[in-house]
Amino acid sequence: MSQSIIKTQQLRFSYAADEGSVPPVVLDGVDLEIAEGSFVAVLGHNGSGKSTLAKHMNAILLPTGGKVYVSGIDTADEDALLDIRRTVGMVFQNPDNQIVANVVEEDVAFAPENLGVPSEEIRRRVDEALRQVGMYEYREHAPHLLSGGQKQRVAIAGVIAMRPRCIVLDEPTAMLDPIGRSEVMKTIRALNRTSGVTVVLITHHMDEAAMADRLVVMAKGKIVSDGPPRQVFRQVEALKSVGLTVPETTELLWQLRQAGVDVPLDALSDEECAQALYRLLQ
Amino acid sequence: MALKDITLGQYFPGNTLLHRLDPRTKLLGTVAYIVALFLAKGIVGYAVLLAVLAALIAVSRVGLKTILRGMKPILVIIIITAVLNLFYTPGAGEPLAAFWIFKIYPEGIWAAVYMILRIAMLIACTFLLTYTTSPILLTDGLEKLLGPLKAIRVPVHELAMMMSIALRFIPTLIEETDKIMSAQKARGADFDTGSLMQKARALVPLLVPLFISAFRRADELAVAMECRCYHGGEGRTRLRVLRFRGADVAALAGSAALCVLVGVLRQFGL
Repeated sequence: MSQSIIKTQQLRFSYAADEGSVPPVVLDGVDLEIAEGSFVAVLGHNGSGKSTLAKHMNAILLPTGGKVYVSGIDTADEDALLDIRRTVGMVFQNPDNQIVANVVEEDVAFAPENLGVPSEEIRRRVDEALRQVGMYEYREHAPHLLSGGQKQRVAIAGVIAMRPRCIVLDEPTAMLDPIGRSEVMKTIRALNRTSGVTVVLITHHMDEAAMADRLVVMAKGKIVSDGPPRQVFRQVEALKSVGLTVPETTELLWQLRQAGVDVPLDALSDEECAQALYRLLQ
Repeated sequence: MALKDITLGQYFPGNTLLHRLDPRTKLLGTVAYIVALFLAKGIVGYAVLLAVLAALIAVSRVGLKTILRGMKPILVIIIITAVLNLFYTPGAGEPLAAFWIFKIYPEGIWAAVYMILRIAMLIACTFLLTYTTSPILLTDGLEKLLGPLKAIRVPVHELAMMMSIALRFIPTLIEETDKIMSAQKARGADFDTGSLMQKARALVPLLVPLFISAFRRADELAVAMECRCYHGGEGRTRLRVLRFRGADVAALAGSAALCVLVGVLRQFGL
């Protein structure tokens, strides 16, 4: 197994509470290791702690218990803050609230500027990052005139211009229309496949989670399931019990099984599902 | 007035001579122009300044229409100042017209015309600055020009950053205001009729959600900036390095010459 880029050990987190009341526990002992170069989806219902977990991955939040390591560095180490943030980039839900500049390329340049990269090198990185997300033609546009999906791709470019080894995306498609969603998902997948960037995708969309190599399911601040998507989605009852649904293909096959029809549960794509049904009908 | 008409602080990308000038040149040039505008006294001075402005607008390719549209929101201020000047400028000769306590002298008419021109040209030249300079370059220029103030502990970088973020969020917040307004109208809110008091009161349900969302945005933006390694102005480099070129030297010399020319014309009462 390759080296892990993010590692949490018995990570616990609770927000400061008023005196007398018990602080609500958001993360309750999370042990997670993310291998370099992998594509991990973290799935969970609202309030499962998945976003809080994401914010621990580049020291926006610090654990109230346990440890988080980013490529071996403890995130509680304040002197290493810039190193941690440069290693793990973060993309958020609302693209409007993470774009700093009025011109696309100047926004993408923001992170390398902060890191003190020389001007010619910034230019190279900005062009490269914009090409990677397919927004190079828009480099001189004003971000507020772009569509949601385009804005989110600019935000992703703004993070990859930092050359991080890992990108954490916290529900990047939650505010986008279906076209924007598919644009962003394609970009994320290409980043992982062709550039080898580790991707951690926080989501509650089953079909997005199904694209990952590994799926971590969270509920009430704990990891309840962890494995390849095929394997995780087979645990239909377990997922339903924590308030999650399964992809429509799995749901269909599961319903058929409930009715006593013999079909495999791990056909995840539409194609595979159709094949399984075809074999059944033969 | 539709909200999208507000063009304050907007930037129109382009590649004209005016766009390519160093932002510091444009800032200093604008200041010089405003100084000249306040030095101008007679018709010749104003004519010179108007000609310069017209030439700059033509070079910028921003279009006169865009500039005039941007002035709409301040039309009221222009009219009020003009009217005040019209009635309150005392004249030496016979009043042209008089009723009740108001007397209009020829000097008043001139003062009103000059005041309209002065305000309109002042606004137009500052618009020209923001229309042809990307906000980031503008704040960069400002940061550089004010750089010496760092010595007396003025947080120049922070101020410049705040300004650029404020400019960046103007369109976003305008869009949001439009959305909230529509939502309130759909539920029967009335922003357009009633007395001034009633209109002001109708704005409260608009401003409260707008402020709440602005604070939330600010919070998220701060986190996103930290995630991208923002840690103040120290050790920051820039995508575009500001550099004075020949055109900048010429433009600065031109601005200085304009001030001198208008100053001299003033001496002759022109």
